[in-house]
Parts: sequence; structure tokens; C-alpha cells
Amino acid sequence: MTFTIPNFIPAIPEIFMLVMICVILMTDLFLGKRIKSIAYSLTQLTLIGAFLLTMHQYGMPKVYTFDHMYVLDKLAILSKLAILLVSFFVFLYSREYIGMTKLPRGEYHILGLFAVLGMMVLVSASNFLTLYLGLEVLSLPLYAMVALKRDSGVASEAAMKYFVMGALASGMLLYGLSMLYGVSHSLDFTAVAKVVSETSPAHSLILIFGLVFIIAGIAFKMGAAPFHMWVPDVYDGSPTSVTLFISSAPKIAALIMAYRLLVESAPGLIIQWQHVLMVIAVLSIVLGNVVAIAQSNIKRMLAYSSIAHMGYMLLGIIAGTKAGYASSLFYVFTYSMMSMGAFAMLLMMSKSGFEAENIEDLQGLNSRNPWYALMMLLIMFSMAGIPPAVGFFAKLGVLEAVINANMTWLAIVALIFAIVGAYYYLRVVKVMYFDDPKDATAVTAPMDMRIAITINGLAVIALGLFPSALIGLCRNVFFG
Amino acid sequence: MDLLVEQIIFFAFAGMTVLAGAVVVAVRNPVHSVLALVVAFVASAGLWLLLEAEFLALVLIFVYVGAVMTLFLFVVMMLNIRELPSREGFVRFLPLALFALAAIVAMMVFVIGPQHFGLAQYAIPAHHGADYSNIRELGLVLYTHDVYPFELAAVLLLIAIIAAISLSFRGRRVGTRSQVPSAQIAVKSADRIRIIKMASEPKVKR
Repeated sequence: MTFTIPNFIPAIPEIFMLVMICVILMTDLFLGKRIKSIAYSLTQLTLIGAFLLTMHQYGMPKVYTFDHMYVLDKLAILSKLAILLVSFFVFLYSREYIGMTKLPRGEYHILGLFAVLGMMVLVSASNFLTLYLGLEVLSLPLYAMVALKRDSGVASEAAMKYFVMGALASGMLLYGLSMLYGVSHSLDFTAVAKVVSETSPAHSLILIFGLVFIIAGIAFKMGAAPFHMWVPDVYDGSPTSVTLFISSAPKIAALIMAYRLLVESAPGLIIQWQHVLMVIAVLSIVLGNVVAIAQSNIKRMLAYSSIAHMGYMLLGIIAGTKAGYASSLFYVFTYSMMSMGAFAMLLMMSKSGFEAENIEDLQGLNSRNPWYALMMLLIMFSMAGIPPAVGFFAKLGVLEAVINANMTWLAIVALIFAIVGAYYYLRVVKVMYFDDPKDATAVTAPMDMRIAITINGLAVIALGLFPSALIGLCRNVFFG
Repeated sequence: MDLLVEQIIFFAFAGMTVLAGAVVVAVRNPVHSVLALVVAFVASAGLWLLLEAEFLALVLIFVYVGAVMTLFLFVVMMLNIRELPSREGFVRFLPLALFALAAIVAMMVFVIGPQHFGLAQYAIPAHHGADYSNIRELGLVLYTHDVYPFELAAVLLLIAIIAAISLSFRGRRVGTRSQVPSAQIAVKSADRIRIIKMASEPKVKR
């Protein structure tokens, strides 16, 4: 048996993250009482550091390491950059809220960083084993973060639901993977893909059986219908800063997971997974958009909206073309940006002892702080897919991809429900601009948060006006 | 070993595992549940032995049965739950659950039957000799080829302990009794025992 020391260089960002997490763990233990902001500042430094290290890898040729278990390709690099950037904003938005609600700072940031590490491992996986471990490293801290508000019964209930559902989803995913392993005798994506495409139709029954379980697991993790039951409860029950986190960066990781499992390891079964995904996408789009209309709680409304957005995002994968995958990637990047902005606005509206969670809480935001109202308006327009906000181009991209794949009916269904969905986004705008505020005090936030939300809101419109740069980056991943 | 004997052993252990699993969810007394889970673990260890994974089989018994389940038993006994008061919705959801169970079992029988995983498709793996060391084989790959997933599993355990502590540790409360080792070490005999010199009592005459 021969063994050579693996090449550690491609995994430098992950190694850096892990080392820094341990450093923060110790630093917070000894200095956390005296210097309150130490966990926060070190966390942000870590994210910046990992971002720069990943940036340095940009443009490197595709490389495997750790015995073909870890892959560094363009997809991994670009999604890692997006995940790190989004997480940086997430922690920045959450800082004030964590202090206000007295969540344990040290643990919060450490668990958050672990989740980011899990996402990085997940997007760089090229083996079922590392993919699954990355998924667990991502999910486990999230379950705990939901429950961090220990005195709240709702939060505990949400955490319990999330945990049980997540465990069930992991079980399904593993069962499906074991079927693929049973046939291919390998856990490696490329080896599995080879066996899958060579398998005779008589044998592919096992593969399809496994595939169904894998897709169920993916849909659970993504929060797509009919495996969406946990999404509204978790979004509603967890502290808003945790909802902000769950609704942004992990969605990127979930998409990459779906891509790696379906496109990279089972390309031979494309007809089969296209059909299953079509059902999931249509159900998500219809259910998400229709049920969101009935919500008066804005967190629940955004939860159903996220289910619908996951449906739209899947359209690009369903198309089964490189352009389709690129449009899905673009969709998830822009979605996580919009979702982050929307929840950040709720965080800014919350004061100690008061949680902004109903749509009425946004009443008359325009007279309380016109700039924030404008930012929220941009984000809502973008989520609804109204030009020139970036959400329009995201929807346009996925719809174009399915039409090019001769699935026009799918595009029509998606379009009709996008118009239905516009109603509840515009209702938020109406409440902000045309209703009188109950509480006329001005909304204020610290400087860094104001700058961040401004960047976030303006990015939504800027990327809408000049989308070609980001679209080009996404296309480069698949076409380059 | 004869194939028939092997099959009998397999079905005995497999049946025991399934049966014990059913008992875990079916009995009302949580202590019995835990004990049934122990049986399930021991039976699956038997299955692993059949696969010539001796080390894993023993670890399953040592770690899960010996440590984890014992801890479980302690917790269940300490909580002093004799019987769960009622099983809400057990009857109500029973038809749905039975339907799902039947559907999954039917699918599994149909898919994972001998027509797909039979001896025609997959030959019996060769048996290893008596000099084959399971631990040696594991040790050769665990820290070399599988070092990356191994480290990730370690990270997972670290997360688990951080999460568990942050969810259950609520700071030191007033009135909680805890040990202070430094004070325990620094203690002197004079702090603990007071020697009192007193005159012996005079003899009392009856």
C-alpha cells in the first residue's frame, strides 16, 4: 500500500477557518468577559482572511486532493467566495441584535463559523463521504443556533422540529447514497457517474430508487415543497439573526450540493431526476407563492417566499444545460443577497423587548426613515422580479433556460405564479409607504449596519442595471 | 463456513435486530425501550462479525452498549419516568404509518431483491484467512487515505460538544454547590479538625 502526503494547499481556506475557530474559542473563553466584542471582531477577521485566501486561488486549474475526496474547481471557488461574503454581512447585521437579545456572543459566533466551514467543505466535496460530513458540519451548528434563545418555548420547538426533520433528511440522503454505492462500489463522484452511465436499464431500477431518496434529502435541506414543513416554523421561531443566516448562505451550499449529487454523480439519470425535480419545483412555486399571501407575520411570509424561490432556482437545474446551471447559480447568489437585506431590515426595526415580525410593524417606515424604506422597496421589487432590480434578471435567466430546453409549460406556470407572488411583496411596499405609522419614532442603527444595508440595497439595483459581470462569472464556471 | 449455516446466522441476527427495533418504539416503559435498543445493537454487532468486521463489531458493543446505552439507562432511570402517560395519536396515525411502512417494505423487497443484488450480479467476497487483521487494515487507511473525512468527523464532535454546552450551561447559579479544587488542595488539617484539650472526667462512683 503506497501513500503520499496529500497536497494541503487547495484546502488552505478551510484549514485557516478551523484553526481560527479554535483560536476564537479559546480567546473568547479567557477574554470574552473583558472585551465584549472580541468574538465578533475575530470572526469578521477570519471571514475576511478566508475570503482573501480563496480569492488567491481564483483562476487555479481544477485540482483534486485528499485522495480524490476534495475538489477545488471554479464552482467551489466562486461559491466559497459568495458564502464568505454573505456570511460577513450576516454577522455584521446580527451584532447589534445579539447584544440586545443577550444571546451568548462567543458560542453564537463560533457555531456560525462552524456552519460556514461546513458550507465550504460541502461545496468542495467530490466524494459522498465528504459531502455528507460537510452537510452535517453545516446543519448541526444551525440546529443549536436556532435553540440558543433558551428561554423561548417557540425557539426550542423550532429547533426540535428542525433537528428531527434534518435528521430524517440526512437518513434519507444516506439511504439513497447507499443504493448508488451498492451498484457502483464507489463513493467518488466521477467513478459513480461512470458506472451510472454504463448501467443497463434493467439494473437502473436500484439507481432510480436511490435517486428518489437522494432528491428527497436535497429537497428537505433546501426547503422545497413537499418537504417544506419545517421552513415557516423555523424561520418564525428562531431569533431573527439566525433566520437571517439560515435564509442566506446555506441556500448557496444547498444548490451546490444538488448540483454535485445530480449533475456530477448521476448525469446518466438526467431524464429521471428532471421529472422528479419538475414536480418539486412546480409544487414549491405554487405553494410558496399562494400560501405567502395569507401570512400576516413577515417572517413566515418570507419563509414561504423562500420556498417559492427555491422552486425557481431548481428550474435552472431542471433545464439540464450549462446555461441552466449558470442561471441557477446566479439566482441563488442574488436570492441570498435579497433575503439577507430583507431580514436585516427586520433586525434594524427590532428594539430591546420588541421584535419586528409582523407586516404591520413596517407601517409608515417611509416617514420613520425614508432611506431604509427605499432600500426595503428595492429588495421587495427585486424579490418580486420587477425590472430593473436584479431579481428580474435572475428569473429571466432560469425561465430562458427552461424555454431553451423545450419546457415552455414550466416557464408559463412559473411566470403566472411570479405575478401572483408580486402581490405580497408589493403589499409590504404599500404598508411602508401609504400606511400611517403606529410608532412614529425614527429608526436608527449603528453606522456599520447603515453602510451595509445601503450597499446591500444599492447592489440589488446596481446588479440589476449591470448584471453582465455577475452573469459572466457564473457562466464562466460552467463554460470556461 | 457453509453457506447455509451462514444464512441461518444472518437471518437470526437480522430478525433479532428488526424485532428489537420494533420493541423499542412499541413498549411503554422507557427502560424496556433502552434494553431493547441494547439487544438491537448486539444483534447488529453479530451481523458485522459475519462481514468479518470484527473490530467494528466489538467497538459497537464496547462503545454503544457499554458506554452510551448505560448512560442512557442512567438518564432514563434518573428522570424516573415509569410509563409514558398516553400515546397521543398512536391509533389515529396508525393506518397512515402502516401504509407508509408497507409501501417502503414493498419497494425494498422489489428493488433490493436477489434479482438485483443476487449472486449472479455480485460474487461472494472471498473469506480472509486467520492471519487477516481487521484493525491493521483500518489503521492503514484511517490516518492516510481517509484523513480528511476523519478530521471532519472530529470537527463534528467538537461542534456537538460546543452546542451541547452552550445549550445546557446556564452560568454558575447562586446556591449551586461545586468543587473548588485549589481550595481543596490548599486545605490544612487545622482547617478541618479542631483538637480540643480537656481534662478527663473524674471517675464516677456508683
